[in-house]
Amino acid sequence: MTDFFWLIPFFPLVSAILFVIFGRRFPKKYVSFQACFAVLASFMLAAISFFSLLNAGPSHSLLEKNLFSWIDAGSFKVNLSFQFDSLTAVMVLVVSLVAFLIHVYSIGYMSEDKSYTRYFTYLNLFVFSMLVLVMASNLVLMFVGWEGVGLCSYLLIGFWFEKHSAANAGKKAFIVNRIGDAGFLIGLLFIFVHVGSTEFSAINEAVLGGVLTPALATLIGILLFIGATGKSAQLPLYIWLPDAMEGPTPVSALIHAATMVTAGVYMVARMNLLYSMSLTASNIIAVVGGLTALFAATMALTQNDIKRILAYSTISQLGYMFIGCGVGAYAAGIFHLYTHAFFKSLLFLAAGSVIHALSGELNVQKMGGLRKYLPRTYYPFLIGAIAIAGIPFFSGFFSKDAILTHAFAQGQYIVWAMGILGAVMTAFYMFRLIFLTFHGKERLEPDVKKHIHESPPIMTIPLAILAFFSIIAGYIGLPAVVGKKYNWFGHFLDPVILSSHEAHISMGTEWFLILISVAVSIAGIFIAYIFYIRKTQIPSTLVKKFPFIYKLLYNKYYVDEAYNAVFVNPMIRGSEIIYDDFDLKIIDGAVNGSAKTAAWSGKLLSRFQTGFLKDYALIFLLGAILVIGFLLF
Amino acid sequence: MNIPIISIITFLPLACALLLIFIPKDKENTLRTIAFIITLLTFVISLTLYFNFDSSTADPQFVEKASWIGYGINYHVGIDGISLFMVLLTTFLMPIVLLSSWSYIKNRVKEYLIFMLILQTGMIGVFVSFNLFLFYVFWEAMLIPMYFLIGVWGGKRRIYATVKFVLFTMFGSLLMLVAIFFLYSIFYKATGTYSFNIFDFQNMILNPNIQMWLFLAFGIAFAIKVPMFPFHTWLPDAHVEAPTGGSFILAAVLIKMGTYGFLRFAMPMFPDALHKALPYLAVLCLIGIIYGGLMALIQKDVKALVAYSSVSHMGLIMLAVFALNIEAMEGAIYQMLNHGLSTGALFMCVGILYERSHTRLIKDFGGVSKQMPVFSAFFMIVMLSSVGLPGLNGFIGEILCIFGIFKSNHLLAILAVSTIILSAAYLLWMFQRVMQGPITNKNILSFKDLNRREIIQFIPIIVMMFWMGIFPNTFLHKIDASVTHLLNQIKKREVIFAQAKNQNKPVIYDEGEEELQ
Repeated sequence: MTDFFWLIPFFPLVSAILFVIFGRRFPKKYVSFQACFAVLASFMLAAISFFSLLNAGPSHSLLEKNLFSWIDAGSFKVNLSFQFDSLTAVMVLVVSLVAFLIHVYSIGYMSEDKSYTRYFTYLNLFVFSMLVLVMASNLVLMFVGWEGVGLCSYLLIGFWFEKHSAANAGKKAFIVNRIGDAGFLIGLLFIFVHVGSTEFSAINEAVLGGVLTPALATLIGILLFIGATGKSAQLPLYIWLPDAMEGPTPVSALIHAATMVTAGVYMVARMNLLYSMSLTASNIIAVVGGLTALFAATMALTQNDIKRILAYSTISQLGYMFIGCGVGAYAAGIFHLYTHAFFKSLLFLAAGSVIHALSGELNVQKMGGLRKYLPRTYYPFLIGAIAIAGIPFFSGFFSKDAILTHAFAQGQYIVWAMGILGAVMTAFYMFRLIFLTFHGKERLEPDVKKHIHESPPIMTIPLAILAFFSIIAGYIGLPAVVGKKYNWFGHFLDPVILSSHEAHISMGTEWFLILISVAVSIAGIFIAYIFYIRKTQIPSTLVKKFPFIYKLLYNKYYVDEAYNAVFVNPMIRGSEIIYDDFDLKIIDGAVNGSAKTAAWSGKLLSRFQTGFLKDYALIFLLGAILVIGFLLF
Repeated sequence: MNIPIISIITFLPLACALLLIFIPKDKENTLRTIAFIITLLTFVISLTLYFNFDSSTADPQFVEKASWIGYGINYHVGIDGISLFMVLLTTFLMPIVLLSSWSYIKNRVKEYLIFMLILQTGMIGVFVSFNLFLFYVFWEAMLIPMYFLIGVWGGKRRIYATVKFVLFTMFGSLLMLVAIFFLYSIFYKATGTYSFNIFDFQNMILNPNIQMWLFLAFGIAFAIKVPMFPFHTWLPDAHVEAPTGGSFILAAVLIKMGTYGFLRFAMPMFPDALHKALPYLAVLCLIGIIYGGLMALIQKDVKALVAYSSVSHMGLIMLAVFALNIEAMEGAIYQMLNHGLSTGALFMCVGILYERSHTRLIKDFGGVSKQMPVFSAFFMIVMLSSVGLPGLNGFIGEILCIFGIFKSNHLLAILAVSTIILSAAYLLWMFQRVMQGPITNKNILSFKDLNRREIIQFIPIIVMMFWMGIFPNTFLHKIDASVTHLLNQIKKREVIFAQAKNQNKPVIYDEGEEELQ
């Protein structure tokens, strides 16, 4: 069976192709079945491949399959080849499992949509692209998946393209991602020219063999990371992700929370040998990650759109993953990616269930007290919130703690502090969301209240399953204080990830760090409780007291506006000026001018054409004299 | 094989044009059907070129020679890896162009078809000629039908656009004509034989000054055709005014002749001049890439937008050609095919919108996708192909070009990468404003989705886009030997030239691989 591991991505692809060709004739029920089954098939094959990898032992830590030579021109040789190692296994399992649950959920969520088949076509296509991204054995093929998920993201954000805002958000996502992709592409070119191949094995060999100088490694590392800031929504290219919430909510859960946006983290972890060569590049990643984690968390504090709160939270959590990678704790970064996939998709799907129940209401200020109407949504949501807040014994605690401990151990105290500060805010805004939505006074619109209903089981069962994983997922990677051998997750990734020269910190320090993160989480939740349950007048008093800060946060630091003012508008206005004043007036003016001159001189010359023989004879004579004179002297 | 297959492909359309003369002009559908079938037949015959092409050699294949006027003016045609796909591109697209004109052209159908067919003969002739005189005849012959296609079936400012197009092209052509005769006389002086054979000319090593003048003469003619910045202003006007079929063929095939001209004539004949001009040419190409992209961004007319996108894309192709390495040059040739497919198809999309709305202004559209879902899907794929999305054809060409450019100059490549951002910006923004959003213009509510003929127009192009994106080696391997040979030749000439410099002779004839006739 393991010989066929490379088929994993192709089930969803075949399904998508069938939808494109026959989609109109398929009944709705069959569409649901085929779409889900294709992803389930991928998951099953992934699980089989995973277990055989596990049983094969450390000597066979990699499955490879070269399908055919894809591009072959001069020294530019790229194969269509896949690989399956422990890192890929984690990614493939997470992607296919979460994707499967979200496909199932979508059956309920999208049941009334007119473009049902189109939706599942895009969703299947996305799963295919994502699987290609994580299974590619070279950077070029990875780039194919990278752009492919970007395309699907574009299509799905703009799924309801009749809405102006949705079409706009889709376009914005694609273009901003392309800016990152340009960086990625240049990094890829440097690797290709200096290593002679983009196969990951060849790149690793080149790093170990000293082919790449440290300066070059830094340059390549930064360029590739620019690509990651686009795809994984980090500073300064995160601006597309909040707008991406225009897409259907299951899409936000799958693409813009659990899978696609983590591609950048996966890429950095995949290239960990290269990054380990460059302290500069690693530090940049850690600092950008820390800043993003903090910055995005502050923006989540004041938002009222339920999905946008979660979007900023995603940006912030991705920042944590990059902190992990930046301080050399790649396994911890990937560990957080894995736990985050469960609890964040859970939060989004639960939010979707709320939105579904409230006929599309997104504003948390118009919710409240929903606990009693939507119990099967409330409890999973609560579990998700506890997990992300970092309360012990839930998955998010283990992974976030692993990252922050490593950051501290590596001496990145500022980054660690940013992470801790972000963690307080995370706990606060998540429980602000919980309290505003499910607790307190009902602030529902009367119309909405009439139609309120709990979601069908096809939506709540995936919630329950994800809630289950949000609790238990962390137990395969216990912190070192419990005992090193219990970090099974870390050991599993050993063959792929260079075990970093771990700076050791004492047991005491580590316990102390854990205590701090637990304390800040509880503090955050407690403040939210005071603000939104106990003394609900506090938030409005604060707004009145600090109107400037509130406005700044509420308007997301005016970053979008600043980008428009600094980059977009000058480019468009400048191009218009160049077009009007240069292209039309100068270049084209010169052309038309010379045409006019030609016409004018033609008229002038035509005067010599008098039609009288004597005039011609005169001119002929003059010409002859000139020629003879020229030849003689 | 004794069948003169190249001649058949070249002259079959012309023969068909002659046949159409004898068919009454009111039998429009008969005329259209005959023309379509003949172009389709031409394509099927041209496929034998692909299947019988020997990809292991750079030598000209399917060569036909016959004496014609004498004094070196011979009928000498054939193909190699560089021209093979140019010919196939022309024969592949021509039936599609005729289909796309089926209901678009309503008056003077007969004349339209005749001009189109003559045009096809001219285009194929340009790509297969190995005799410079013959090449020039085809090159000029092409201009006449194009003149009428824009001038008769064009839009409101068609006369202005036609005159501009013709003046621009004639300006370059005349320079080239002078240069051709100059070469001819030099060759005669050096060897005592008359020849227009391009391989003879390629074996001459010319004095650097002469080279520079000749290179400029050829180069300007080709740069206008490409068009390279700053010779591009005829293109938006010609495209905006031309009928869909005219724009299609102009973008898909005609402007490739500029690039082809550089590859076939200007570069191998004048390697020293090329060498000196390279930095300037590279800068012009780079300006073209960015400038074309920025101009495309702000166009109000969809056709003008696509025209400026051509300036940008052709800039990248030319930059890759001038990178002078195998990856870039194969990428450039591949990208010429891609650009032919995707830009041609973009014009087809605009034509389909124009037929329904009689406008091309972006602001008059919005929300068309809802009304025309099938068209929307095709338009999207075509757009993504032009944007260079992996999996489709554009990506392969683009990444090879950029890789090759990167190999010769890092900075140029890094700046050229901006094209992937710009192309996404102008095309996606246009797509959003035209196809997405709410329907604001009530006329759009009456739009009908594609009919069967229109779907058939798209299918082959879409299939090719995927095929070329997934199996590029089916093309690259055929191009390989010829490109390697071309590059070696340019390099070899440089070496010989360096040696010859010391001997201080104006012209040296190198008795290389090719024999004199």
